[in-house]
Amino acid sequence: MGKAMTDHHVILRIVAKVLIPFIALYGFYVQFHGEYSPGGGFQAGVILAVTLILYSLIFGIAPTMRAVTPVFARGVAAFGFLLYAAVGIAALIGGGNFLDYDALVDEPEGGHLGQHLGIIVIEIGVLMAVAGSMTAIFYAFAGRVSEIRDEDW
Amino acid sequence: MIDALLAMVPAVLVAHAPALLVVAPMLLAPIVAMLPNGRVAWWLTMLATGFSLLMALVLLAQVRSVEGGAILSYAMGGWAPPAGIEFRIDSLNSMVLLLVTGMGFLASVFGWTSIRAEITSAKTSMFFSAYLVCFTGLCGVAATGDAFNLFVFLEISSIATYVLVALGAGRDRRALPAASNYLLMGTIGASFFVVGVGFLYAATGTLNMAELSVRLDAVRDNKAVLAGYAFIFVGLGLKAAMFPLHQWLPNAYAYSPSFVTMFLAATATKVAIYALIRFLFTVFGLEFAFEGSSLIWILMPMGIAAMIACSFQAVFQTDIRRMLAYSSVAQVGYILLGVSLGTAAGVSAGLLHLVNHGVIKGALFMAVAGVVLVYQGTSLNDFRGLGRSAPWTMTAFGISALSLIGVPLTAGFQSKFALVTALLEQGWWWAAAAVVFSSVLAVVYMGRILEAVFFQAPINPNKRQKEAPLTILVPLWVLVAISLWIGLGGSFVIGLADGAAASLFGGGT
Repeated sequence: MGKAMTDHHVILRIVAKVLIPFIALYGFYVQFHGEYSPGGGFQAGVILAVTLILYSLIFGIAPTMRAVTPVFARGVAAFGFLLYAAVGIAALIGGGNFLDYDALVDEPEGGHLGQHLGIIVIEIGVLMAVAGSMTAIFYAFAGRVSEIRDEDW
Repeated sequence: MIDALLAMVPAVLVAHAPALLVVAPMLLAPIVAMLPNGRVAWWLTMLATGFSLLMALVLLAQVRSVEGGAILSYAMGGWAPPAGIEFRIDSLNSMVLLLVTGMGFLASVFGWTSIRAEITSAKTSMFFSAYLVCFTGLCGVAATGDAFNLFVFLEISSIATYVLVALGAGRDRRALPAASNYLLMGTIGASFFVVGVGFLYAATGTLNMAELSVRLDAVRDNKAVLAGYAFIFVGLGLKAAMFPLHQWLPNAYAYSPSFVTMFLAATATKVAIYALIRFLFTVFGLEFAFEGSSLIWILMPMGIAAMIACSFQAVFQTDIRRMLAYSSVAQVGYILLGVSLGTAAGVSAGLLHLVNHGVIKGALFMAVAGVVLVYQGTSLNDFRGLGRSAPWTMTAFGISALSLIGVPLTAGFQSKFALVTALLEQGWWWAAAAVVFSSVLAVVYMGRILEAVFFQAPINPNKRQKEAPLTILVPLWVLVAISLWIGLGGSFVIGLADGAAASLFGGGT
């Protein structure tokens, strides 16, 4: 596969290059505006993963895997999950029930800093977990090498 | 004895035990997934499941500290139920939690040698991680008091289970279609369940199970409630391998890695049956579930059909694991038959059989895993003469087999005796006869194995004298000891089942 063969994809490549940063930006918008409008970590995570999937559809799976390695994707997913659970444990240590955001910060009665902080960290955890696992699942499908050897055909 | 535990464990752990039981394996699962070394992953898995077992014992001690069984309510995130998600532990699910965590701990102790032989070393850490996620899900189903939360945990455990079953492909490629079948059936079951919960939510406006049971009183005749009831019944029935919905089970058990088969057989369907009992008795209530919709005439024939039909199918299998899998479906039949009575004695017998069968099948599949590890074979021929080559493994297998049949002085006898007594109390002598007939079939199919194991010469007379390794033998004999202990009286477990049944029927013990 030479470069000449992919030349007729020039429009796709240019458009994708322009679009991908905006898609990523929109992902972060959905993440951080999720407090006031529909959205949040789950949707944002999928949108972020979509940027990688689009990139690999246009430029191939190998360069994508070099940029974001499968191990890294899995690591992000695991870390996001851990972050979520860690907030719950931090609340336990703070003297509340599991995931009780109010126990995260020591504040006077009626303060909501703990709730703000808790949900933001949780949503970042969700973002990482979803984006990481979506990418890992895509890699698992797209990067699958045939298990049937040539001589078995 | 168990009460002394409360004094030894720090107060923080006691107060947060319902959450920590589920959180500990959940927290360790992502850590284990990233470990490069499978052995460390195994140690952490044992740590997590062992901790959960400790928490389950603490919960049991707390529940039993009050006459008639306390109800512990744990508000997640400090949001008070019924608005927030609640973990609700009573006599019934503290018993189920003990079964799940106990079997989970013993499974992870025995897992290493078996997994190392059947799973490539690159996947070992991920395997243990998936196992911890599955374990988390099952504990969550048993602990939660929120109908939608139950669905989420059910899916967490199921999705991890599909992965675990598919990993059997390294040994036998037929694991892949088995896993995909299970995935399809399991997803249909879960969808039915969540649709049913949706109907209930539409009719009552709450997802908290305790609150649901109160509000449902006012809307008994609502069509949405009736539809929701049917959806939930079928959905959980599928997960529990209730008779005509059990087709996914034999293949999933026969081709998954030995470790997975052992764990699933001992816990997964049991937890689904627990959820079914919880919905029938706590959420819908006895009157609605049994008299209003004549459930008795659905549950009872299906239980009997499972006992007879699947025992017959088991008789004709040549693969030990398929035989045991069909026998599992038959045992689900016994449990459902006990539940279908709708009396405290019947439910207690069903619950006792639920625990007993978990222990017995766990031991049987563990012994089979030992044979797979040492002799690489699961067909009846491979088992010939093993009584001489591996006496310790096979004696444990034999005792568990007798227990499955229901020979006196074993756990199986206790629960079958309780079941027959409960059936005769109601005058269902024909159902009692079916139980006896199905037990005779169990004698036939287990007898075929025992005859091959103890009375036939090995096909290969040079077959070397070799036992399963100690990491398999020790948990195996622990299970056998538990089953013998239940059989020789074991008032502790019988008391648990009675207390759980009594709590469902609203009275104290």
